[in-house]
Amino acid sequence: MVSQWRDALNNVKSVPRAHPTADAAASEPAGLDFARSRRDSLRRKFVERSVHAVLFLCALISVLTTTGIVITLLGETIQFFGEVPIVDFLTGTRWTPLFASKSFGVLPLVNGTIVVALVAIVVAVPIGLLTAIFLSEFAPARLRSMVKPVLEVLAGIPTVVYGYFALQFVTPILRDIFPQTQIFNVASAGIVMGFMILPMMASISEDALRAVPRDLREGAFALGATRFEVVSRVVVPGALSGILAAVILSISRAIGETMIVAIAAGLQPQMGFDLLRSMETMTAYIVQVSLGDTPQGGIEFRTIFAVGTLLFVMTLVMNLLSDLLVRRYREAYE
Amino acid sequence: MSAQADAVPAANVWRPSQARRRWSGWLFYGLAVVSTLMGLVMLGALLFDIFTDGVREVDWHFLSNYPSRIADNAGLRSALLGSLWMLAFTAIIAFPLGVGAAIYLEEYAPDNWLTRFIQLNIANLAGVPSIVYGLLGLGLFVRWLELGRVVLAGSMTMALLILPLIIVASREAIRAVPDSLREGSYALGATRWQMVRQTVLPSAAGGILTGTILALARAIGETAPLITIGALTYVAFDPNGPLDIFTVLPIQIFNWVSLPQKEFHSLAAGGIVVLLVVLLTANSLAVYLRYRMQRRLQ
Repeated sequence: MVSQWRDALNNVKSVPRAHPTADAAASEPAGLDFARSRRDSLRRKFVERSVHAVLFLCALISVLTTTGIVITLLGETIQFFGEVPIVDFLTGTRWTPLFASKSFGVLPLVNGTIVVALVAIVVAVPIGLLTAIFLSEFAPARLRSMVKPVLEVLAGIPTVVYGYFALQFVTPILRDIFPQTQIFNVASAGIVMGFMILPMMASISEDALRAVPRDLREGAFALGATRFEVVSRVVVPGALSGILAAVILSISRAIGETMIVAIAAGLQPQMGFDLLRSMETMTAYIVQVSLGDTPQGGIEFRTIFAVGTLLFVMTLVMNLLSDLLVRRYREAYE
Repeated sequence: MSAQADAVPAANVWRPSQARRRWSGWLFYGLAVVSTLMGLVMLGALLFDIFTDGVREVDWHFLSNYPSRIADNAGLRSALLGSLWMLAFTAIIAFPLGVGAAIYLEEYAPDNWLTRFIQLNIANLAGVPSIVYGLLGLGLFVRWLELGRVVLAGSMTMALLILPLIIVASREAIRAVPDSLREGSYALGATRWQMVRQTVLPSAAGGILTGTILALARAIGETAPLITIGALTYVAFDPNGPLDIFTVLPIQIFNWVSLPQKEFHSLAAGGIVVLLVVLLTANSLAVYLRYRMQRRLQ
């Protein structure tokens, strides 16, 4: 702190005078040199302008990244749709681009993605919401400040670790309970994914619950409501748009998650809702092709960009929607 | 007729049952406690499972050997070195860009459509699935710039992936610097950049560093984008620079998990133990830095 002020004070010496008068020049020691002061001022202006421009370019990188994503994905995808009609891609129910008899219907991958995401949501939403309610409405401040960082650890664990946990810990338990469970199955991947997105669900919902003004709670208490009634009739309805935003963001995360499904859910594109069987998701397919020896530049390889585009569009729509909802609850109470 | 409407049937009268209200309240409280515990229990189970499976694999031999088809000889050497190289270049690329963007948005940006567009963009980039960044890296760095499947291509992809995290954290740190410091600096005749460099950045350094370390920790654990750009799963030599082909810790772990033999699964658990220890160290460093900087500011 002090050193900052000292530095700033040191700078005073070199500040150019706005209106140097002859008197001032005469009273100064011989050191005051107008030409030099003018040069300094020009140099400073140059530095200021360059810094401004460089910083602006840094901020622009984000726009360039988005542009890069769109161009990369669209370029390959348009070429792909030159060979495979877009209607066949979006409505076909057979996905066999790596087989001899090729078929490019993406629905089995979409089916797998949605089923895994649904399992994850069924785990993450109730547990996450109840955790958020506990932390925001019931827990004393000290307990809350202890539990929250521990839950955040769940969000920081790499997804490949969750994949290992699903395959080596959860799947064997499932197979003990339901003997017909396949080694690679949707249930195990989905359950573990649910715990991965739990902290995000809990933390966004908690923000929404805390944004509900205290007056509303106190009003309800004053009318004789129990704590449960306050939570279920006042706080949760008041935070509904924020909670909905958290749910949508959780779905978006589940759809884009890759390593858990690549490890634990298997690589068999198929339709249906049997949770104990193996299914391939869109992300797992991209990993499968990236790891294999599919030659780049062929139609088989181009499929990953078409699938990637679909994935990008799905998550983008959901992210924008949840952003809109969050903004709505912020406006409602501020 | 009105008399009939006034005569409410007795069954419809609101009769609050104190017992039921109290009972449902307790039930709900119990559910909330159990839910909160479930997250914690799952975390405990995960850590316990991995440490019991993997901790006996971790020794010097495991850290210094190359991967091998024979489980007893296999080690993490090339993956550890690959992760270090990738991390170093990711930091070199992402840190200045991220902090620069944050300074621009907090200290320079005018309130116009372009600024709002950039902000919306950053918010959306944070939600793009990591594997899509992999496709971007594959198209842009590996193929278009013809870098090939090298460390630098991986670092650039990872840098773009963690850029939104660094920007958001740095912006928060910069916003927390009180305006009085800025005004004091201006009053002493500083230009805008002098003010930022000498007043804002030193005060925000703690928050910026913490955010950067957490973002880099995320980069250490990411797997999917590097698989997509084509990082290898089997590397039996040291990567020696940004233009070498490479593998990283999580990819090596993924490779071992995918093999059918049981011995490789415990190797995977051993790799995870190493990965988690690295992440724990990074996170503790971030927490420590934040704590120290907070104390200095007070």
